[in-house]
Amino acid sequence: MGHYEAPIREPIIVGNKTYHDITVDVAAPIEGKANKSWWIAFTIALIAMLWGFGAIAYTIGTGIGVWGLNNKINWAWDITNFVWWVGIGHAGTLISAVLLLFRQKWRMGINRSAEAMTIFAVFQAGLFPMIHMGRIWNAFYTLPIPNQLGSLWVNFNSPLLWDVFAISTYLTVSVVFWWTGLLPDLAMIRDRATKPFQKKIYSLLSFGWTGRAKDWQRFEEVSLVLAGLATPLVLSVHTIVSFDFATSVIPGWHSTVYPPYFVAGAVFSGFAMVQTLLLIMRKVSNLEGYITRVHIENMNKVILVTGGIVAVAYLSEFFVGWYTGSSYEDFTYLSWGAATGPYWWAFWALIICNSVIPQLLWFKKIRTNYIYTFIIAIFINIGMWFERFDIIVINLSRGHLPSTWSQFSPTFIDISIFLGTIGFFFVLFLLYARTFPVIAQAEVKSILKSSGDNFKRERDNPSAVKTQVKEEPIVVKEEIKIEEPKADDKQSKTNSLLDKLGSFDINTQQPDDLKKVKGIGPLMEKTLNQIGIYSFDQVSKMTNNEYDLLDSITGTFPGRAQRDDWAGQANKLKS
Amino acid sequence: MSSKVIHALYDDDDVLMTAVKEVRAAHHHIEEVYTPFPVHGLDRAMGLAPTKIAITSFIYGITGLCFSIWFLNLIMIQDWPQNIGGKPSFSFAENMPAFVPVMFEMTVFFAAHLMVITFYMRSKIWPFQTASNPDPRTTDDKFLMEIAVDGNESELTSLLEKTGAIEITVKENH
Repeated sequence: MGHYEAPIREPIIVGNKTYHDITVDVAAPIEGKANKSWWIAFTIALIAMLWGFGAIAYTIGTGIGVWGLNNKINWAWDITNFVWWVGIGHAGTLISAVLLLFRQKWRMGINRSAEAMTIFAVFQAGLFPMIHMGRIWNAFYTLPIPNQLGSLWVNFNSPLLWDVFAISTYLTVSVVFWWTGLLPDLAMIRDRATKPFQKKIYSLLSFGWTGRAKDWQRFEEVSLVLAGLATPLVLSVHTIVSFDFATSVIPGWHSTVYPPYFVAGAVFSGFAMVQTLLLIMRKVSNLEGYITRVHIENMNKVILVTGGIVAVAYLSEFFVGWYTGSSYEDFTYLSWGAATGPYWWAFWALIICNSVIPQLLWFKKIRTNYIYTFIIAIFINIGMWFERFDIIVINLSRGHLPSTWSQFSPTFIDISIFLGTIGFFFVLFLLYARTFPVIAQAEVKSILKSSGDNFKRERDNPSAVKTQVKEEPIVVKEEIKIEEPKADDKQSKTNSLLDKLGSFDINTQQPDDLKKVKGIGPLMEKTLNQIGIYSFDQVSKMTNNEYDLLDSITGTFPGRAQRDDWAGQANKLKS
Repeated sequence: MSSKVIHALYDDDDVLMTAVKEVRAAHHHIEEVYTPFPVHGLDRAMGLAPTKIAITSFIYGITGLCFSIWFLNLIMIQDWPQNIGGKPSFSFAENMPAFVPVMFEMTVFFAAHLMVITFYMRSKIWPFQTASNPDPRTTDDKFLMEIAVDGNESELTSLLEKTGAIEITVKENH
């Protein structure tokens, strides 16, 4: 069948896995107990989260004045964090949708966690515009529903409202896509669960998934169509986020390159976050066999491409700003004025983290190294945060009226809320890593034969193929009819066999359970009984001669008895 | 409906595929096949009709698009036309470019969600549904073929044995 894959492609499942191994490996973090480092990480994240919630409560109770915003810089950390978190979300959809359309098999090891990351990141992102409203209880004004102001509707000409639609569609579609993919894997956990409570929970979560052929057919079609829908959706989301800036008339924001540049930047930062999370998770959850060097290298290549797009966008912004000759363009976030002005540190943080350091990934030694990858990913996470900070704060800090020029400094509350969202994100991710199947095991099983290292090795060197010995089927019937041993031409052989082994009187002696001998199944036991072999004593007397005689009588499974050493086993069982 | 079914368990997807073809070639009716992962080509081998769920998604998407056009026109043009930033909203055609993002999002929203709901309904999967796979190992690494028995139990059993089944169980249908 079509399991061929070119030998030049490196295996993406390593460690000689079988289908059952995949099940066990994926279920292990859920069925096992959390270790100490998990509890430490969870505690820290939980404290940060609660701290952030406190800061949010304080903001809502007191007002937006507790943030560092001022008249000129009226968007700062909040929107920076919003765009940063939305951007991080993009990698998950890219991996699960775009790579599905391109039939990239390596997506299967990482898509589940990347999608989870997407959903958790969009939660964080959604928080910021909500609390920025000040009166969060009026958040429903963003929905086109008649309200107490009469039939005053929302303004559908506004990119901010497009954002409401884009982000909520993105979040709900991502959740549905993720959950549909989870059903078979949750069903696997359900069918393995031994504790009643666990069984109940996973029965509920898996929606009664059974894995019928028709369900799988629909499942695959739904996945494909959802991928086709999610691909333009993910591109639209960050495009619309960029419209929040690009449709304004503020120098530095009013830029036609923003939509593609924001999307590339989002994918860039999202993959950096996937690397950060998965490099830790593959170690902690023992998933080295599924998240391999190939996955890390491929993601680094995506980072290199999208980082390249972003760098070209920076250059074009810089060039266009200079080429206009407009003095107002000399203080935008990518200009000589920004590089030497009061925000020089933010400017250079962006350039170094996003455009200089990632170039190291051109070296194969570096992009296949886990430690270097992790460090570079952290730099990109920081760099992409600075990109949004620069776009918002540097551009707003200067304007057409020099008397309005100002600086922004974050307050304690600004910082607390940001750290709080990081804590919240990790609380969700850590809980997910202990309760959900973190690898799309059903999908991984479907590529095991084409991309597993053992299968590839055997296919590429046919001489190394292990001969598989066929197991005899176990036939269980509700009423087992014991057939009369038929007298045939083998009778003489049977007689000579019984002469050697000694006869057994079924009426006076107690027959042994021959199935206890490894290699004797119910069917073989019946065959042996028909011949007249009932006891371990008889089996233990067998030598190669008798094995051959037995094989010629039964006509099946030659060599089976020698291999399993029935006589030796029976000898032990006899005593 | 026959009163008995036979469950043949396999431990390999390729063996299962050959078995499905052989059982079908011998003119037995395969009731169901349970697999732990999507086995490509199994639906065709079993003779299942292709799914039409992608077509429903297309129809839902068109519905979403029409719905968004209807409500954008109602809200922005009919019910309360406003002059925003010197761009009055008095005609849908002239204001349409600003509505494209929302029209697109609503198309995707309808197409994705209603398709998934259709899938859940058609496959009977939803919260509090109890699983009906006859053997819990079919979500792990085993493949199960269910065939109706119609007085041909021994013939079927021997056929299935030949196809490489590792376990064959005859069960009363319930």
